[in-house]
Amino acid sequence: MSMKATIRQVDSVIVVDISGRITLGEGCAQLRELVRDQLAKGNKRVLINLADVSYIDSSGIGELVSAYTAVSNQGGQLKLLKLTKKVHDLLQITKLYTVFDIHDDEAKGTASFEKS
Amino acid sequence: MTSEPSVVEVTLESDLKNVEVAEEIARRVAGTAGFSEESAHQIEMALHESMINAIWHGNKNEASKSVWLRFEIYNDRLEIRVRDQGNGFNIAEVADPCSAENLLKVSGRGIFLIRTFMDEFHVKHFPGSGTEVTLVKRIQPPHQPTQGGTDREHESHNSTS
Repeated sequence: MSMKATIRQVDSVIVVDISGRITLGEGCAQLRELVRDQLAKGNKRVLINLADVSYIDSSGIGELVSAYTAVSNQGGQLKLLKLTKKVHDLLQITKLYTVFDIHDDEAKGTASFEKS
Repeated sequence: MTSEPSVVEVTLESDLKNVEVAEEIARRVAGTAGFSEESAHQIEMALHESMINAIWHGNKNEASKSVWLRFEIYNDRLEIRVRDQGNGFNIAEVADPCSAENLLKVSGRGIFLIRTFMDEFHVKHFPGSGTEVTLVKRIQPPHQPTQGGTDREHESHNSTS
């Protein structure tokens, strides 16, 4: 199953709902393009919803790091929403859990951008 | 106690599409070997990363090359060998992706995940013909406690270890 991404705007935050696999190849390229597009449009508040991500590999983790760095470098913020247990465990193992701002609740996640 | 292993062997074209084929084989083999769902997922992920390394880094994504896979189910362990036709890599030069200076690097986590998910990881070079990695996952006897078990299981584990 390949990756699918849909974009919606909640107040000033771009919420990206991702489903499927974020792996080397199409999935990673799609995520990279999507974040680049949003930055080009001036959208620097990005919340990535990973609730329906069935699989993420080391390249997918790298792509999330790359997206985080790209948004941060432009003065924006990229946060993660609703990690599955598998993704949660991977971020713990790779010590990235403390790097990302992670939320379980979408309303609280989007509101957190306003506070910052 | 070593008996003849059950063996599954396959040669796949060096194409990223075949990563999922290898994962599917790993899932079935892990099920046959009696691994838990969590262990089976770890084996699948370790093989996924090994296949990516073999196809992308080893064979440089050249479809004319191939990746050879061999699964051996022993009574106490599963051994998986993945061989590519590349020039190999120096395991000593693989950096720790969790160190502060590497934490935000985009790549370099594949080998780390393989090592985390498997009990053993070995690399062997065959000059002129490729590189072979061996992944080993031990099979827990059914009566042996696993991580996250009950207190009673931990007591049993402590008393026998």
